[in-house]
Amino acid sequence: MSENTGNQPSQEDIIICRDVHKWYDDFHVLKGVSLTVKRQEVVVICGPSGSGKSTFIRTINRLEEHQRGQIIVDGIELSHDIRNIEAIRSEVGMVFQQFNLFPHLTVLQNITLAPIWVRKWPKDKAEEVAMQLLERVGIPEQAHKYPGQLSGGQQQRVAIARALAMQPKIMLFDEPTSALDPEMIKEVLDVMRELAQSGMTMIVVTHEMGFAREVANRIVFFDAGNIVEQNTPEEFFAHPKEERTRLFLSQILAH
Amino acid sequence: MSVNTTTAEEVRPPSPPGPIRWLKKNLFSNWYNSLLTVISGVIVFFALKAVILWVFFEANWDPVTHSLKLFAVGQYPPDQLWRVGTIVCMVSFLFGVSWKVWGGTVRTFALAIALVLGVAGLLPVSMGLGLRLWFLSNPLLTAIGYQVGRTPVGKSKWVALGWVVSFFLTIILLTGIEGLPWLPPVKSGLWGGLLLTFLLAMVGIAASFPIGVALALGRQSSLPVVKAFCVLFIELVRGVPLVTVLFMASIILPLFLPEDVRIDRVLRAMMGMTLFAAAYMAENVRGGLQAIPKGQVEAAKAVGLNGFQTMALIVLPQALRLVIPAIVGQFIALFMDTTLAVIVGLMELLAVGRAVLESNVEWKLLNMEVYIFIAAIFWIFNYSMSYASRRLEAALGVGKR
Repeated sequence: MSENTGNQPSQEDIIICRDVHKWYDDFHVLKGVSLTVKRQEVVVICGPSGSGKSTFIRTINRLEEHQRGQIIVDGIELSHDIRNIEAIRSEVGMVFQQFNLFPHLTVLQNITLAPIWVRKWPKDKAEEVAMQLLERVGIPEQAHKYPGQLSGGQQQRVAIARALAMQPKIMLFDEPTSALDPEMIKEVLDVMRELAQSGMTMIVVTHEMGFAREVANRIVFFDAGNIVEQNTPEEFFAHPKEERTRLFLSQILAH
Repeated sequence: MSVNTTTAEEVRPPSPPGPIRWLKKNLFSNWYNSLLTVISGVIVFFALKAVILWVFFEANWDPVTHSLKLFAVGQYPPDQLWRVGTIVCMVSFLFGVSWKVWGGTVRTFALAIALVLGVAGLLPVSMGLGLRLWFLSNPLLTAIGYQVGRTPVGKSKWVALGWVVSFFLTIILLTGIEGLPWLPPVKSGLWGGLLLTFLLAMVGIAASFPIGVALALGRQSSLPVVKAFCVLFIELVRGVPLVTVLFMASIILPLFLPEDVRIDRVLRAMMGMTLFAAAYMAENVRGGLQAIPKGQVEAAKAVGLNGFQTMALIVLPQALRLVIPAIVGQFIALFMDTTLAVIVGLMELLAVGRAVLESNVEWKLLNMEVYIFIAAIFWIFNYSMSYASRRLEAALGVGKR
């Protein structure tokens, strides 16, 4: 169980965050977060709700703006320059808690939209790639349905395929299984596990500790807007150093 | 947790109701229901009888039948009527093509138009051979259009392009071109009747829609100047009655323009109506925009779409679908508001009605016939629009959550 089957990360940093701060009006959400992620590394972020972990991964593709500090993704620094932001967004895929599929488009159109409009691929090529991705997430037969006709687990797998269609270098997962019925969690985690093994750089915000233990190279514990501790899964679960981590683990592993 | 699967009997669906059963269930289920049915039946019978007797025997339809040309096109020069005829033929043809390519509701409309014009051409009343042939050519053109729809030209985008081109062709044909002997200019003061009503409504609808969408987007803009302008325009126009806007457009506007710039009277009315409708359209669209969850925009941005693409591909298609009923309601209101153009001196349908009544002493008391005729025309077009909107909603409802 505790054996890590994932790829070994390279030595090269792909995401560098230094002293990232963010405020919502007077509320200080992120209080100087510093985190470095290496190519092909799988980082799981966990922590109590309201600790800022979702806000943090959303700053990496600038869905949330940070007000102080530095975020560098694949050599490009996030600034107010809209071209930088769009360049980074097309390299970073994101999967949301609420799927956020486009309900007026079919599954296939959801996946081919960005490759056609952003990458300027011809439609045939985009559709070919989309079908390969649907095979990969296990639902090629749903290609011509609308998102509303699929189950939650299927929708989330389409959302993963949609993000992968841009051939991103990094995938961000924002609580991808939190809105799912229990029997559908596994099918989504299986896809994510396969993705991790294929060597994708991933940051995953999740409460699925079994997944974290098995797939993550590193677990980062967030509380009150900053990183409390980070370690390999084995050390993290066996010997948590901080009191807050122990408390969190006892609560989340109790049931 | 005791689900009996072995002896569970299949629940039989209720047998389809026959007419007797339906009557019994819905009209005669108990004594007071039966009483109500009988009473309303009697009322409906006498009302219908009175209406039918009046329409077919008592009413004097002379003012209508003798002024059909006036009702249709107003004072448009009789020797130039071929232009209006050509426009109708063009529409018949395009409906034929659209029928094959789009199907659905378009088919209903194409058939209805072809049928009405075809039957009119076969009516046993005296009319010129040219007119008769023109009537009959329309169903033929619809059929030809249908066949054209089968060829490679029958693509959605070409048909849409055809309609847009036909819109501009209509304007050019009606106005004419200076210096072209076979297409002399026709003063817009001569346009009238259903033709003018149609033109006001079509231009109003076609122009107010994009302007309204632009205003709605502008109102949500993060640029303060754009936002302030849109809010100001929308609130200003919405706070003023249409009659006032029309007066302003036709009387006050020219005072502000230089001496040598003269905008045509019909065009001024069109501008007034368009801007008025656009303000209301903007508020309708804004309602739709606000109903789109924030997650949609985030997902669009996350896959790398830029702001314009996010709006055009993700937000607007969903927002507009939500407000179809409101938008069509507004189109209908606009269509009926065209009657207000009478106060700035345009001879639209209602004004023609009044002129017809005054044109002949014997017709002076035939108000009822003339106004019922006009009301019927309005009802047919408005009902068609609301029918089309319901069908459109149903068709677009595919895959809705």
